Amino acid sequence: MAGHFAAKRLSKELSKIRSSLPPGIELVSADNFEEWLLDIRVLDNNPLYQNETYRLKFRFASSYPIEPPEVVFVKLPDRPIPIHPHIYSNGIICLDLLGQQGWSPVQNVESVCMSLQSMLTGNSKNERPPGDEEFVRGNRLRPKDIEFYYHDNDV
Amino acid sequence: MDSDDDFMSTVSSEDDMLPDDSDNDMSGDDDFAFDDEPDVYIDSQKETGHKKKAAYDISFKVYEPGDITKQQDDLINEVNMILDISKEEAAILLRHFRWNKERLIEDYMDRPVQVLDAAGLAQTAAGPPRMQVVPGFVCDICCEDEPGLQTFALKCGHRYCVDCYRHYLSQKILGEGEAARIQCPAEGCNLIIDARSLDLLVTQDLTERYHELLHRTYVEDKETLKWCPAPDCENAIECAVKKKDLDRVVPTVSCLCGHRFCFGCALNDHQPAPCELVKKWLKKCADDSETANWISANTKECPKCNSTIEKNGGCNHMTCRKCKHEFCWMCMGLWSEHGTSWYNCNRYEEKSGVEARDAQARSRVSLERYLHYYNRYANHEQSARLDKDIYTKTERKMVQLQKESGMSWIEVQYLNSASQALQTCRQTLMWTYAFAFYLARNNLTEIFEDNQKDLEMAVEALSEMFERPITELADSKLKVEIMDKTSYCNKRRVILLEDTAQNLAEGRWTFNVEMTGSGANGGPSSRR
Repeated sequence: MAGHFAAKRLSKELSKIRSSLPPGIELVSADNFEEWLLDIRVLDNNPLYQNETYRLKFRFASSYPIEPPEVVFVKLPDRPIPIHPHIYSNGIICLDLLGQQGWSPVQNVESVCMSLQSMLTGNSKNERPPGDEEFVRGNRLRPKDIEFYYHDNDV
Repeated sequence: MDSDDDFMSTVSSEDDMLPDDSDNDMSGDDDFAFDDEPDVYIDSQKETGHKKKAAYDISFKVYEPGDITKQQDDLINEVNMILDISKEEAAILLRHFRWNKERLIEDYMDRPVQVLDAAGLAQTAAGPPRMQVVPGFVCDICCEDEPGLQTFALKCGHRYCVDCYRHYLSQKILGEGEAARIQCPAEGCNLIIDARSLDLLVTQDLTERYHELLHRTYVEDKETLKWCPAPDCENAIECAVKKKDLDRVVPTVSCLCGHRFCFGCALNDHQPAPCELVKKWLKKCADDSETANWISANTKECPKCNSTIEKNGGCNHMTCRKCKHEFCWMCMGLWSEHGTSWYNCNRYEEKSGVEARDAQARSRVSLERYLHYYNRYANHEQSARLDKDIYTKTERKMVQLQKESGMSWIEVQYLNSASQALQTCRQTLMWTYAFAFYLARNNLTEIFEDNQKDLEMAVEALSEMFERPITELADSKLKVEIMDKTSYCNKRRVILLEDTAQNLAEGRWTFNVEMTGSGANGGPSSRR
């Protein structure tokens, strides 16, 4: 439910995205101002992510960009969930810039994609977050309602 | 404990003090520099010198909303003058240093650049931020580029349109309840929005909420200040008792609104029990652990299917209703193996049997012990609740008494004092039982129990007198008796509290549970 405020900003973002996007980021669909899909790839030869493409789903509230969008990885036959100590196997991402505290209204879809790209690029750990199994089994909350504890910022 | 307890609080503090007691003034120590002086509350008691303070009585001061604002303003003005920075900046610095003025000034003198940076203040000498129209401006948040757009930027120069700024601020204030640390919207910029800029940007209702939140952080930031937890009370209490002292003192304070509560844990007055025991006791009472205790004391499990069985009579030959297993209640062995000694278990004295019996007996004793204290605790809690009815009846009684006996308003006030004494004493008695539950027996506990008994007898006697019919109450002989008993109750309470508080301060009680030494609710004991 994007309000007038969000719609204006998103339409500007969209026209910019349609004209150019950084390498490794592709727009899949943006039919409205509520939900967009984008594909990202890791550009260097990190063996963890080589030859894989990942699907991102953005959901925008009417308060966007004052409040952060909800961003998750989506699992499809040809789109796995990247392995990373801050990404749960259900696609939920624990990243401070997507939380209310770390978000800045100056961030945008493109910058979020780039942050996620570099988050993957810099990772060498072939593991899920601690407690992934229980979290994925038990979680019924939307990402924005989860109180992540950003215990380290260097991964 | 429930909300009815706030009723207890109407008792004025004069009632529970010995005649030689001083009032509850802070002993002239007004500059809140407690942080660096441990055990100030003990020192300040000594300083009073000529006034003898009861051991259970602690120094505290009540601040009304106006006082709290004035304290902040005074500190802000002082820092504003000493450091030659604007009031808004002084306020941000003070908040950053949790209102520790001395440390702020010291640190600022040493390394002003780092201090300003850490607090979220810019070091440029530019004038105060204002709204501006900038030609060719495009807002990075909403992408608006209309000519004549009003824009705003803090000293960092991150400029956004006023509309976006408003959205951002209202989200922070209303959505997140943030006030003291609202940063510039730019990514990675930690500059803090000052009160003046905020007032410039947002509407009246938002400003009010903002200042209310700021106001709240002042009290919450200071370890020596706490809000009065009574509903709708806006006062704050200052008390120098710190978390680490809570195993030696029960800091009971009394707000101007009449609410009496513990400064350590914010629960209602729980003297003489220290916070940690109170927490343990409430948890124990709330837990199912006592149900489990009962089960273990009164039942056994079927050795085959583990169903819980209560033996309510009959012989030792048990047949489980569920699985039809036949066993001996005594030794829990197979009944068929009992051979010739039917109805008489000869395996009874086996070591395992003895142990099982002992464990069960211990469990039974501990349950009985708990119930002894719990019943008395709950009884006083309930009586205290009934006192609420009595109190409302008292007022009616007093009016009636005035009419029937021709006594004046002031002459019937003794009933009010009696009612209040009953409530306070019951509150204390209630907690003496929780306290006693955790006491290990020694000579001190005997004195304690004597004190408890004396107070309890006095309270019950007063309670009995108090409920006499109105015709008898008008009798001047009974009036004198009630007044005598009221003051006797108050005295007994003071004696009990004095004794327990002194022994607590001197660490003479032995408890039958582990005391961690740190007080009630978690969190860091000192925040610097």
